[in-house]
Amino acid sequence: MFELSPAIPLFAGAVLAGVARGPARALVMLIAPMLGAYGISQFEPGITSQFEWLGNTLTPIRVDGLAVLFGYLFHLAAFIGVVYALHLKDPLQDVAALAYAGSAVGAVFAGDLITLFVYWELLAATSALLVFARRTGDSLRTGMRYLVIQVGSGVLLLAGAIIYAAHGNGLDFGHIGLAAPGGWLIFLAFGIKAAFPLLHGWLTDAYPAATATGTVFLSAFTTKVAIYALARGFAGTEALIYIGALMTCFPIFYAVIENDLRRVLAYSLINQLGFMVVGIGIGTELALNGAVAHAFNDVIFKGLLMMSMGAVLHVTGEIRGSELGGLYKKMPKTAILCMVGAASISAFPLFSGFVSKSMVVSAAIREGHTFVWLALLFASAGVFHHAGIKIPFFAFFAHDSRFVATAHEPPRNMLVAMALAALLCIGIGSFPGTLYSLLPYDTGYTPYDVSHVLAQLQLLAFSALAFTWLKLAHIYPPELRSVNLDIEWLYRRVAPNAIRLTLAKLAPIDRTLRDRSVMLLDRTLRSAARHYGAYGVFARAWPTGNMAIWVAALLGLSLLIYYV
Amino acid sequence: MKDGNEQRHLFDDPRNVRRVIRSLLTVCVVLVGLDLVVHRHVEHAWEGLFAFYALYGFIACVLLVLLAKEMRKIVMRDEDYYTQAPPSADSEHREDSGDV
Repeated sequence: MFELSPAIPLFAGAVLAGVARGPARALVMLIAPMLGAYGISQFEPGITSQFEWLGNTLTPIRVDGLAVLFGYLFHLAAFIGVVYALHLKDPLQDVAALAYAGSAVGAVFAGDLITLFVYWELLAATSALLVFARRTGDSLRTGMRYLVIQVGSGVLLLAGAIIYAAHGNGLDFGHIGLAAPGGWLIFLAFGIKAAFPLLHGWLTDAYPAATATGTVFLSAFTTKVAIYALARGFAGTEALIYIGALMTCFPIFYAVIENDLRRVLAYSLINQLGFMVVGIGIGTELALNGAVAHAFNDVIFKGLLMMSMGAVLHVTGEIRGSELGGLYKKMPKTAILCMVGAASISAFPLFSGFVSKSMVVSAAIREGHTFVWLALLFASAGVFHHAGIKIPFFAFFAHDSRFVATAHEPPRNMLVAMALAALLCIGIGSFPGTLYSLLPYDTGYTPYDVSHVLAQLQLLAFSALAFTWLKLAHIYPPELRSVNLDIEWLYRRVAPNAIRLTLAKLAPIDRTLRDRSVMLLDRTLRSAARHYGAYGVFARAWPTGNMAIWVAALLGLSLLIYYV
Repeated sequence: MKDGNEQRHLFDDPRNVRRVIRSLLTVCVVLVGLDLVVHRHVEHAWEGLFAFYALYGFIACVLLVLLAKEMRKIVMRDEDYYTQAPPSADSEHREDSGDV
């Protein structure tokens, strides 16, 4: 069955999960990702399936190092996510989650742009279900906004692919570059899903709106498929260096003042994507290895952080930093697991972020991008500040919240999933050899030397010192019940308001025009009635005698003229 | 994380909080001190400056927080900003009154 598609086990699992109940459902959910990962290991590198379609060659499955790495990653993420969601009794989420993971796997093995487009749109549809599954009016509206943007990205991809193929490039999905016909459209399509600045609104809007378990899946797949696609299609595109640097920096400002802790993580997700985008933009072997490795690690540590916040949400029903605090007293295991994720995303030595992020940063220095390097350092300090310290601090420490009395550890399956992710974070961070051996290039890079470790520790320790000082001096901005305007403000507020205002401005003109037309019509009717109406000139009754007299008169007149 | 007694937890005792802060300070001092003895292998001239990473990290975080605080004045709105009824056409000024 694997010859058809490496995504078959996940899709079959999605179908079965929709009908199975109880232990059977759990079994299906757990086995599907394992079977899928086994399937990948059975593939031989190369093109395993190809056919002609409307005069174009389609390659539904192409197996190479990059696809295999992401394939394993997505199965791993699906497995951890499934364990995390095992306590649910919601077939909609089960089906959506597995089908979503399957779409991501299908997308990375797609060898042509049309197959990629199909999975691209499947990603959109299946992931939107995870937002809808929260079943509130708010999540419905958020999900619709999310879906429109995601489907829009697919439409751009399709348009770009058609133009690209029409110029004789074929549909093969290899390096595309901005100079290629349709290249910009495809770049934009990838950019939307990779949450480029100004195109990122959907991410911070929708991810915090999904279910506690749904967000864990969401944070793993869509953006990483986009990173994979950029790495394959646009490696070495210089614009990406600056786009990525911007992505690492601007979200951390929002993250510092954001109250919804899952939205803080959504901003920090964009920040981490920025490192990957910079790596892809630099395009050297070291940088690309760093980008891909960081995507791998980010799925796990961001998943771990999302899971720990999902656990808090699940237990307390609350996720706003202003309302939380002190939970370490009742959720010590969750707190420790969260801090492992925090250490990993902050790139502490011996944790996974360190071994991948340092590759991108090193590549930036080596290629002489001084300002980009400084931006990445700033972002590294910033990510520790908001994701490494703020998340655990405001959820588990700070002041005691009202939930301390009633809170408890989350269901065991959630703890197991978090523990799995935490082990991976420490395992990869401490023994990066296994991950490095899966990377596309062999660069002989070693993250652990005295200079690197000392530099990173100094950066982190003094970031922590800054946080402590700002907190003790009461300069640190308190968590407030609030929302912050971001790019989605344009389409949630400005555009609807503009439309409403325009309509309001047009209304008087419209009314005058209508009144005038009615008046004109009225006048026409009146004049018609005057002439043709019941008492009009043309409607008057004439006696037949009159006619006879006039006829006689006319005859008499003609006689007279005849004689004359 | 618990210290045996169900009612008293680790950070209920301010001495423990002070201990954490003191150990952080010690770590910072040691790390900067190491810069004097360890020769860091550098790839960029600025990296070689004494305590470059320490200072950069500290300044970056302080700047980040101060700028973010300023940003609040511009972008922060009430929690129900998006859920409350949108302002009608003739009262656009409510846009600004949402400021907290």
